[in-house]
Amino acid sequence: MPSDLLAARTQMAVSLGFHIIFAEIGVAMPLLMVLAEWRWRRTGDEVYRELAGRWARGTAILFAVGAVSGTVLSFELGLLWPGFMRFAGSIIGMPFSLEGFAFFTEAIFLGIYLYGWERIGPRAHLAAGVIVAASGAASAAFVVLVNAWMNAPVGFRTAAGGRLIDIDPIVGMQSPAAFQQALHMLLAAYAATGMAVAGVHALLLLKGRAPEFHRRALAVALIVGAPAAVLQPLSGDLSARVVAVTQPMKLAALEGQWNTERAAPLRIGGWPDADREQTRWALEIPYGLSLLAFHDPGAEVRGLKSVPRADRPPVAVVHFAFQTMVGLGSLLAAIALAAGWIAWRRRDLTRTRWLLTALAIAAPFGFIATEAGWIVTEVGRQPWIVQGLLRTSDAVTPMPGLFVPMLLFILLYAVLATVVATLISTMVRETSVMSTAPDGADASAVSQ
Amino acid sequence: MNTVPTSIGYAELVAGVMMIALTAYALTGGADFGGGVWDLLAHGPRRDDQRALVSSAIAPIWEANHVWLIIVIVVLFTGFPAAFATLGIVLHMPLTLMLVGIVLRGSAFMFRSYGAGERRAQRRWGRVFAIASIITPLVLGIIVGAIASGAVGAAAARIPEHARTPLPSFTELYVAPWLAPFPIAVGAMALALFAYLAAAYLILATEDVLLREDFRRRALASAGAVFTAALVALVVAQFDAPAMSRGLTESTAALLFQGITGVSAVSAIWALWSRHYQIARMAVGAQVSLVLWGWALVQYPMLIPPTGTIGGLAAPEITLRLLLTALACGGVLLIPSLIYLFRTFSRDKA
Repeated sequence: MPSDLLAARTQMAVSLGFHIIFAEIGVAMPLLMVLAEWRWRRTGDEVYRELAGRWARGTAILFAVGAVSGTVLSFELGLLWPGFMRFAGSIIGMPFSLEGFAFFTEAIFLGIYLYGWERIGPRAHLAAGVIVAASGAASAAFVVLVNAWMNAPVGFRTAAGGRLIDIDPIVGMQSPAAFQQALHMLLAAYAATGMAVAGVHALLLLKGRAPEFHRRALAVALIVGAPAAVLQPLSGDLSARVVAVTQPMKLAALEGQWNTERAAPLRIGGWPDADREQTRWALEIPYGLSLLAFHDPGAEVRGLKSVPRADRPPVAVVHFAFQTMVGLGSLLAAIALAAGWIAWRRRDLTRTRWLLTALAIAAPFGFIATEAGWIVTEVGRQPWIVQGLLRTSDAVTPMPGLFVPMLLFILLYAVLATVVATLISTMVRETSVMSTAPDGADASAVSQ
Repeated sequence: MNTVPTSIGYAELVAGVMMIALTAYALTGGADFGGGVWDLLAHGPRRDDQRALVSSAIAPIWEANHVWLIIVIVVLFTGFPAAFATLGIVLHMPLTLMLVGIVLRGSAFMFRSYGAGERRAQRRWGRVFAIASIITPLVLGIIVGAIASGAVGAAAARIPEHARTPLPSFTELYVAPWLAPFPIAVGAMALALFAYLAAAYLILATEDVLLREDFRRRALASAGAVFTAALVALVVAQFDAPAMSRGLTESTAALLFQGITGVSAVSAIWALWSRHYQIARMAVGAQVSLVLWGWALVQYPMLIPPTGTIGGLAAPEITLRLLLTALACGGVLLIPSLIYLFRTFSRDKA
């Protein structure tokens, strides 16, 4: 039986890990839908209308699950971490409130978009889609501002006993990590979703199903996913350089850096051994870490040993998650670059079988990388819930028996994940029995 | 007793906005849950038509309606973080139950609407949707009742500050405050009110005269259920929530307020009886709102009785001022959008 603290952390991790997939899809899919609908309006090509309609059907389910699992998270802040809310609620509430309104706008116009095909004019319908896409992005950015504050808190003074006084919630929204984290999260949403959708349609193209439909789908998905996937490593570099300054122990954990040293090497792979306080069997690239983290080959990088054991994050998990994120992200960027190169040379992507195969294999990479990225940022901040100010163990609810709700939510989300996966794969399979040139209007009408 | 602050400051304004959002949630999201009740209780020759009407009425709007609850929570934890922490600790169990209900209601509704063809699976998800639609408002009412009874505030005061030694028993702290007669009676009343709202709205969502009659009968039956639950709540309040009970009966303002609530309740029944459905819808809405504001009035200036005042639990003034600004700007954006949403899907545009 896990301790109450571990149970609370597990429940929060499961809830966030579940929600983030749906949140990313909710941010990016509206953009894909809008692009397909816009192409339909511009070209009169009914296949694009069919595509927008079918994507909308899937998005409706995924968005609903995202909305309710997001509600769970907002309550869990109080259910699991009342100490955190009492400590920081009045300073981090601001971005949450703004997020609330952005999400409200998104939900209103998504309802109009999904059910309003026949009820409002074409321009109004497209505009509703644009509002959904924009407010979804805004809402994701606002939520990430809260996380940025937890990583690099600003906008207050600390009084005796560690209480925050003289708070300024507006300054609190301008954490040094804010811009970098929001950018990284938004690019992740577009890259993960765009490349996953591209992967699904690539797979169906490989199977030779409804090529006219999937060709267009692949193109729209890549227009969103590929640029984001290519930019993401650069945004990751920006983020890492903020972490190097604001959370040196997180940087040390994700790199398996035990000793404080100048000209620190970049470690690829390897096993950080917390007992021996060393990282073994890693491929070391001289000067690599100093160069990447500080853009200076001789820069000093602080090691984990510079703080007491009780103040270090779990190194192995963070190191492994970081390697996973970087590895998968780099693969996605490479595939996206290859697709761009082929398209630029005006060759037909859909006839390049190795690329379609690569896209299909890489379909889940973005989502796995996202999960790994959240493990990096959350586990990497431990033992703090607010970096340097409040320990996670001081924020947890005093209620005992937390493994019960933890099991409850794991079970609930396992069931939901299974059902959603079944429904979506049924929808995807349905496209393979389509005629190659669907005759538009009736076939594509979203329910009712 | 400490002195009761009577002036309206930023904290009171934020609390007022929170009540407005809660009222909006009850009138919109609450009615969506009520729709689930009528899905479960659908019967007679038009059973499938009743279910189809519920489904088409809530499909385009339930997600937007649900966001009112998120606004309530966000305003609560921004404006009153200490209150949010207390509720999260003492009401962990009912809040968790409510969340499970929210998750299952929303997901099951979508699974049923978008499930591909399979009749058996769709029926199963329909059942989950309906049952979750009953549990969620019931628990929401229990939560409100537990706060109003003063038991949550009393339990919170007994939680040991630092040491994890649970001096009072687990049951005393985490179960007894909400699993008690008064909160349960309030839960039943919330459920009946939401079903009442849904029935009154659904009459106007169809042209079919027979379906209208179905929901008219259902609305009148719910009016009876509301009355019964309210009566039970008043009786059990005398021993389970004595402060609430005194507040409801001892001040002239409260009695006057209850009088107005009674007038709207009677008007609603009259309008349903005489088939003035537009008036019925407004009167039921007014009744639900007045019940909520009556609770707020009796409890004022407490946020978490018996001792947690609105001012005492509030965030620093700068947070409250910024929050009010954000709420005002957000309102300017939201209200036209909501009007557009409801206009788009109102029956006469079909």
